[in-house]
Amino acid sequence: MTEDILQVRGLSTRFFTQEGQVNAVSDLDLTIERGEVFGIVGESGSGKSVTARSIMDLIEPPGEITEGEIRYRNADFAETVGDDHPGAVDGEFVNLLELPPAIRQSLRGTSFSMIFQDPESSFNPTLTVGEQLAEAVEVQRRASARPRSTRARTESEEYSLGSLMLSTVLPSKKYVSDESRERAIELLELVGIPDPVERADEYPHEYSGGMLQRAMIAQALAGEPDILVADEPTTALDVTIQAQVLDLLDDLQKETGMTILLITHNLGVIARMCDRVGVMYAGEIVERGSLTDTFDEHVHPYTEGLLGSVPDLEGANRRLQPIPGNVPTLLDHEMEDRCHFADRCPKAMEDCLDHPPEFDADERGDHEVRCVLAERDYDEGRALPPDYFDETERTAADKHADPDRTEEDVQPERTQSPVEDSGGGGL
Amino acid sequence: MSTDRSERPLVRVDDLQKYFWEQDSILDRLLGDEPVPVRAVDGVSFEIREGETLGLVGESGCGKSTTGETLLRLQEPTDGQVEFDGDNVYDLSGSELTDFRREAQVVFQDPFSSLDPRMTVGETVQQPLDVHEIGTDDERRERVRDLLERVGLSADQLDRYPHEFSGGQRQRIGIARALALEPEFIVLDEPTSALDVSVQAQVLNLLDDLQAEFDLTYLLISHDLSVIRHVCDRVAVMYLGEIVEIGPVQELFDDPKHPYTQALLESVPRASTDERDRDRETLAGDVPSPRDPPSGCRFRTRCPQVISPEELEIDQETYRELMTLRERVERRDISLETVGDEDQFDLDDGTVPDEDVPAFVEALRNRLLDTDLPAAHEEIVERALAELARGNWDEAAAQLREEYESVCERQNPDLGNGGHPAACHLYGEAADRHEGTEPLQ
Repeated sequence: MTEDILQVRGLSTRFFTQEGQVNAVSDLDLTIERGEVFGIVGESGSGKSVTARSIMDLIEPPGEITEGEIRYRNADFAETVGDDHPGAVDGEFVNLLELPPAIRQSLRGTSFSMIFQDPESSFNPTLTVGEQLAEAVEVQRRASARPRSTRARTESEEYSLGSLMLSTVLPSKKYVSDESRERAIELLELVGIPDPVERADEYPHEYSGGMLQRAMIAQALAGEPDILVADEPTTALDVTIQAQVLDLLDDLQKETGMTILLITHNLGVIARMCDRVGVMYAGEIVERGSLTDTFDEHVHPYTEGLLGSVPDLEGANRRLQPIPGNVPTLLDHEMEDRCHFADRCPKAMEDCLDHPPEFDADERGDHEVRCVLAERDYDEGRALPPDYFDETERTAADKHADPDRTEEDVQPERTQSPVEDSGGGGL
Repeated sequence: MSTDRSERPLVRVDDLQKYFWEQDSILDRLLGDEPVPVRAVDGVSFEIREGETLGLVGESGCGKSTTGETLLRLQEPTDGQVEFDGDNVYDLSGSELTDFRREAQVVFQDPFSSLDPRMTVGETVQQPLDVHEIGTDDERRERVRDLLERVGLSADQLDRYPHEFSGGQRQRIGIARALALEPEFIVLDEPTSALDVSVQAQVLNLLDDLQAEFDLTYLLISHDLSVIRHVCDRVAVMYLGEIVEIGPVQELFDDPKHPYTQALLESVPRASTDERDRDRETLAGDVPSPRDPPSGCRFRTRCPQVISPEELEIDQETYRELMTLRERVERRDISLETVGDEDQFDLDDGTVPDEDVPAFVEALRNRLLDTDLPAAHEEIVERALAELARGNWDEAAAQLREEYESVCERQNPDLGNGGHPAACHLYGEAADRHEGTEPLQ
C-alpha cells in the first residue's frame, strides 16, 4: 500500500477580471499517491492548467487561491517548518497554503517541478541550453545548502549589483560553476540527448522541438523533485516525437520513482501513461478513479461524451458522437447552482438542477463521480425537456443539429481571460 | 463515399515541386553565396477523384500545407503541374482563373487568425459573393443566411464580430465562407487541429454532411491520423516533401507498407485501457532538414528496416546502429575534442598523436556504439575511427560507405503505380533481389 504524497482538498482558484469573477477551479479534491502517474484530462478552459499552477503556486493576479488546502507529505519538511508555522503542520503533512510565499518558493524545484507545453518559448533564446540547465542546478544547490531560505541565492557575491554591472560589459560572465555545468551535462545525458557535451553549448534554436522538450525535462529534474507536474508536455510535438518523450517520461518515472501529475487533453496520452485519472469539466473534477474506472466503467455522461468524440484509429467509419455545445463560461454570475454539464447532457434530469456532490461510483471507494447517475438510474419521466436550457438561458434559441452557444454564452476566456494563457490548444 | 463516379480525377497533381530559396537577395548574389533551396515539396504526384476525400498526412514540416496551397495556386510552383478538371491550373489567366478560384476553395487551420476581426460574420461570408459578383444584394444576403444556418449557426448572428464566437463556431464561419461560391473542391488545411475533441467531432460530422449534400471533393490535410482515418477515402502519407505511400484508407491503416507509415501508426497513443500493454516501437531521431535531405530514400536515416547489402551477414539492429554511425561521420557530427577523460588526448590541429590512436579509437567506439559487433565489423569500424583520429573524415566516410552502403541511399525508390503503392525498396525490384529480408506482413 502506497502512501499519499499530495492531498488537495476543496481547492478553489478564482480570477477577478473585468468581466467578473471567473471560477477557474472550484472545490477540487485530488489525492496523489507516491510513485504514481495521475492524469487530469479535460477540454480547453476546463481549469486543468490552473489546477497545476495552483499546486505549483504559480497563480498570478488577478488570480487567487481563495479556499482549500494543499497538503504535501514530507516528514523532514514538516519538522523544519513545524516550529515557525505550527498551524500548517499536521503529522507528516504540511498545508502549503498556510506557508509564507518564500518557503513555498523554496519547494519549487526540490519538491515540485513543472514542465510546460511549449518548449520553444520556455527557454531563454540568448543563453545556451547548458547554461540554463546549470543555472537550475545552481539554484537547487544553493537552496539545499541553506534549506528553506531564499536569501542564500540572491545575496551572494555573484548576484551583487557590481556583478550585474560588470556583466553588461563582460558578456561572457558566467553565473554557474563547473560542477553545475557537469551536472547539467549529466542531466542532458539522462534525458537521452546524444552528445550532451557539445549540445550543452548550443542555443535553444539549434535544438529541435523534441530535443528541447527533453532539455526542459532535464531542467525540471535538476532538483530531483518528488512531484513532477507536466502540463501538456507533448501537445506541441509530432506523434513520433511525442512517443519518444512519453517513453522517456515513463523510463524516468520507473527509474526515479517520482510522482507525475500529467495534464493533457489527449485521451490517448492518458491511456498510455496514467494509473489514475481525473476528468475535469468547468473547474471541477467530475469523475475520478483508476484508468479502467474512467475509461471502461465511467458513469458521468461527460466522460462518455469525451471518449465518444475521439475518432478511433482502429475502428470502422462510425459517425462520431460529439457533445453538443461548448465548454461553459466560468464567469461566476453566469454559473448557476446546478450540474454545470446539465445543459449539454443527454441524460439531464430534474435532479441535475441541484449542484451534485461527489458520489461513490462503486464499493471500492476510489471511483468518485459528480453526477446523480451514480445513485439512481436515468429516468425518462424525470428528464428535462430538450429545450429547457434554451428558454431559461438563451435568448436566441438555436434549433440546429449541433447548436453552438450564442451571445450570452460566448466564452470570454477563449480570447481575453488569463485562464486560458497556457491551456491546451487542440489536438 | 460515392464510388460509382469516383474514377474520374478532378485534380491531378503531376510532379509538383515547391522550393523556397534562402540567401537569395542581391547582396548574397554579389557575395557569391550559393542560394540554398528548402525543398518543401519535392516531386509530389497524386490524383483526387470526384466526390472523394483524399487525406494528406505527415509530421510538421513535411510539406503537406505547402502542397495544399500550391495546388490551389496560392503559391506559384517551382515545377510540375496541377490539372483541375482537365486544365492546367498554372496556365490559367483572366476569367478562367476566376472560374477556378470559384470552384476551388480552402478552409484554414486557425479559426482565430483566418477571419478578419473588423468584419462582421455576414460580411465575411458575403465577401466571396461580392468579389465574384454573384446575384443581387438581396440574393447575396439571403444566401449568407442560408449558409450560416447550414453550418449550424443561426442567421441572426450575422451582424456579430468574430471575437464573439468560440473556436468551433469560427471554424463553421470559415466553412460557410468556403461554401459561399458553391465550389466543387475544398482544401481543408488542418480544419480541426485548433479545436477541442468534442467540438472537433461536431465539425467533422458537419464536413461529412456537407460533402454528401453538395457533392464536394475534399483534400484534407492533417497530422492527426485518427481524423484522417475517420474522414478520408484515400490517404497519402508525406515525409520530407515526398509522398511515401498512398492507398485506400482501410488498406493503408490495416496493412501499412512503408516503414514510416507503420511507425507513424504505431506511435499514436490509443484512448483505451489496453494502451499500456500495446507493443510499440518508437522511431528514433528527428526529421532531417529539408534544406539538405538525405540521398536516396529520405526516411533511411530513421528507418528501422533499412536494407543491408546482400553479402553482409548482420542483424537488422546492428546494421541500423552502424548506419546511424555512418550518418554522423558523413555529417561530421562527432566532436573529437571531448573523447576520453579530460585532457586525455592532445588534439593539436584536429589529429591525435600516433601513439594515442588505439586508446582514442577505443574510447570513441565505446561512446558511439552500445552493442558488441561481430569481429569482422568491429575491425572495419575501428579502422574508420582511426582515420578520424588522424582527421581524415572523408576517408573514414568512404571506408564505411564501401562496406555498408545500402540500396536505400543509392536510389530514391519510386512511388510506383497501382491501388496502394509505397515508395520503399522493400517492395520493388530491390525486394526481389534481396530475399534475405523478410517482406513485411
